[in-house]
Amino acid sequence: MADRMSLVVFSGTVDRLFPVSILASGAVANGMDVEIFLTFWGLEAFRKGRPQTNMKMSADYQELAPMMMQLMQEKHVPSWYETLQKAKKLGNVKVYACTMTLDLMGLKKEDLDPIVDGFAGVGEFVDRAKDSKITLFI
Amino acid sequence: MPHVMEVCTMALPVKATKTIDARGSFCPGPLMELIGYIRTAPVGEVIEVLSTDTGSRTDIPHWTQKAGHEFIGVESRGDHDAIIVRKTH
Repeated sequence: MADRMSLVVFSGTVDRLFPVSILASGAVANGMDVEIFLTFWGLEAFRKGRPQTNMKMSADYQELAPMMMQLMQEKHVPSWYETLQKAKKLGNVKVYACTMTLDLMGLKKEDLDPIVDGFAGVGEFVDRAKDSKITLFI
Repeated sequence: MPHVMEVCTMALPVKATKTIDARGSFCPGPLMELIGYIRTAPVGEVIEVLSTDTGSRTDIPHWTQKAGHEFIGVESRGDHDAIIVRKTH
């Protein structure tokens, strides 16, 4: 039974989505399973089409955003989404949408990016996270 | 945690039969490419990962040994490293 990393993704800005996929990759590299719980702005960022168009950066660092984006393009850094797709391909990574946020925003599975595997309530997520070796809030 | 930091500047006496060119790729890129490739590689194959990411010098040996494969060494080739491993199972 592999160790597990649970990630709560509350943030929806590109700068914060990078650690989500990089941490997931690190977990996969360590032979761990990954469970991602998307909530609030994290869920927003996984709406159909959003991963490809999202350019939001944390407000505190807004003036650095254009420079960061340019650097990443110049150095051919894969997008956070591509890195997450790769992690999913190489390991056991599951992405779950928070049902509370879904209901609040009136969204259904069809409204979400195909990388989302299913839904979960906070109770189920916490029940599983309590057995995870690593649980992080991003 | 054992830290493998010895980097050879001479060529190691092993010939790689597969080269993964991950130069310019950032952590965890090179490691992920190795993990993806090694699954389908024939047992016994010697793989060299070309990397400009300094994290690879420790990431790759660490993962290789943990996964039960053989870590052969790190060759410095001027503007990049060649991290050489062998698939053992």
